[in-house]
Amino acid sequence: MSKGTLFDKVWDLHTVGILPSGQTQLFIGLHLIHEVTSPQAFAMLRDRGLKVLYPERTVATVDHIVPTENQARPFADSLAEEMMQSLEQNCAEHKIRFYNVGSGSQGIVHVIAPELGFTQPGMTIACGDSHTSTHGAFGAIAFGIGTSQVRDVLASQTLALAKLKVRKVEVNGPLKPGVYAKDVVLHIIRKLGVKGGVGYAYEFAGSTFEDMSMEERMTVCNMAIEGGARCGYVNPDAVTFEYLKGRDFAPKSEAWDKAVDWWQSLRSDADAEYDDVVVFDAADIAPTITWGITPGQGIAINELIPTPDTLPADEEAIAEEAYRYMDLQPGQPIQGTKVDVCFVGSCTNGRISDLREAAKFAQGRQVAEGVKAFIVPGSERVKLQAEVEGLDKIFVAAGFEWREPGCSMCLAMNPDKLEGRQLSASSSNRNFKGRQGSASGRTLLMSPAMVVAAAVTGKVSDVRELL
Amino acid sequence: MSSEVKAVVGRGVPLIGNDIDTDRIIPARFLRCVTFDGLGAQVFADDRTQTQGQHPFDQPQYQGAKILAVNGNFGCGSSREHAPQALAKWGIQAIVGESFAEIFFGNCVALGVPCVMAAPEDAKQLQAAIATNPEAEVKVDLEAMQVQCGDLTIAVSMADGPRQMFTCGTWDACGQLVAQADHIRATAAQLPYIAWSASA
Repeated sequence: MSKGTLFDKVWDLHTVGILPSGQTQLFIGLHLIHEVTSPQAFAMLRDRGLKVLYPERTVATVDHIVPTENQARPFADSLAEEMMQSLEQNCAEHKIRFYNVGSGSQGIVHVIAPELGFTQPGMTIACGDSHTSTHGAFGAIAFGIGTSQVRDVLASQTLALAKLKVRKVEVNGPLKPGVYAKDVVLHIIRKLGVKGGVGYAYEFAGSTFEDMSMEERMTVCNMAIEGGARCGYVNPDAVTFEYLKGRDFAPKSEAWDKAVDWWQSLRSDADAEYDDVVVFDAADIAPTITWGITPGQGIAINELIPTPDTLPADEEAIAEEAYRYMDLQPGQPIQGTKVDVCFVGSCTNGRISDLREAAKFAQGRQVAEGVKAFIVPGSERVKLQAEVEGLDKIFVAAGFEWREPGCSMCLAMNPDKLEGRQLSASSSNRNFKGRQGSASGRTLLMSPAMVVAAAVTGKVSDVRELL
Repeated sequence: MSSEVKAVVGRGVPLIGNDIDTDRIIPARFLRCVTFDGLGAQVFADDRTQTQGQHPFDQPQYQGAKILAVNGNFGCGSSREHAPQALAKWGIQAIVGESFAEIFFGNCVALGVPCVMAAPEDAKQLQAAIATNPEAEVKVDLEAMQVQCGDLTIAVSMADGPRQMFTCGTWDACGQLVAQADHIRATAAQLPYIAWSASA
């Protein structure tokens, strides 16, 4: 068992007790809720006559179902409108802070909690969404939960959980030009597999992560779940504190100094013991892209789609399924594949730094004929900031659509969807079959810079050629 | 409302393939709902449409099955409890497979649906046994930790904690958690951030 890691320290501090099952009853410091996985949880509370124990430790927003074009109420989709009203009523009834559309701070739950300063080191954070792992970038232990567990957190501010093992995923060295945080995490998942992290928390350590901004660290932790790890984290440091300082809900004045002292004490000890350690060299990481139907089916942009004989035996069946579904041939280059739709956004890559990077490649270029390309900011604040910097004008001049914030085509619960067999270049986190709203639609995951490169060339391209 | 789950007995349905994600179990568009009612009809909606009646959940011999036999990393992807809810509402009461994604496993515990793990070869043998004789009774025994189907008996595993929650009928943790209100407040009081964020 691990010892002396941040994970161990935070776990111990939040342990309420050990349940008869042997599981830990863990206090949850921050509970984030949204419209998709909470209505049934509130209904379960009502059925049992329970109240929300710590309404002040719950924060709500709406993100999955919000349209990114016309947000006038009632929403055109009556089912989406019903979900919206349910969240509004539940938050009002239980006195939960709610960032509604038009509040100025609405957005994807994993974008707004950090930017408002709710997400802090040393917290335990839960949300009915698997990408809650994002918040680990701050040195929090953050994980996705199901709806019955949302009920448990509402009712008791705790969860029944078994402790995870801790794997140190160490990456060292500077990233090469054109290589981003997204490429790093796609590379890790490719190497360790989509189920490699089951049973583990991933501690992302090494100079590559230390040199990353908070937003880059969020991109990495966001996709820890795609590697099977329930959560991922980076030890808090000066970069973390700098990001948090002055945010709306970050501690102020004297409390700030106390907070920094406490946060520093939570870092994994130099002699911490891990259940497993893997080490990568950043120099080996190229712009990376998925070709298949799991986030682990990735290759460097200049590599060929793997042939079955080069794959481990237990990956052959899913590879065969992927060749058929994606209509891509083993042994062929991925580069040059024609794309139909290009999407920059999502909780993985819908932050201001992502849009700035995307805009660099859009500046002075034009979206290729026949390609639909759109940019969806992760929050209302990201959108405003981008407009202050004039990024929206760069995108629009290049032929991109500039949209309102939301989850959008990452999972296509709103009107943004692929049609038929369309192939999408996407900055989102999942390339599962049917993920982007068409039962036969196809998704290639890549960095926002690579999405823009695909948009302006009309085909999968190596962003390094546009540098 | 909890009850003991010591064994689940019924006919089986095999579903072959690794890494079957929750988007496939219940596509996102069916998440536009405020109750779990009706999800049973939509389980594997897109896979079933594409296989035109050949999906195990559509094949006549598997109708009424209670035990789902799968392979590796079943239920990966999203945290949506809609996925096990959809399976449960279709009729699934226990799942046997090589491995399960953690959030999916936890969601199944919360619904009282045990997921037990078998060696890869054993999982495949079970799927084959069910396919050969769909009428055979399958027994998932959480006390003996084995699964039987006709002449085939395979050993299965589940961590002691969740296993005990099923066999003792305490899989619905909510009541136990709520009962610890004093301990919860005491733990919270020791966390420095509770004080400084309350003053924000």
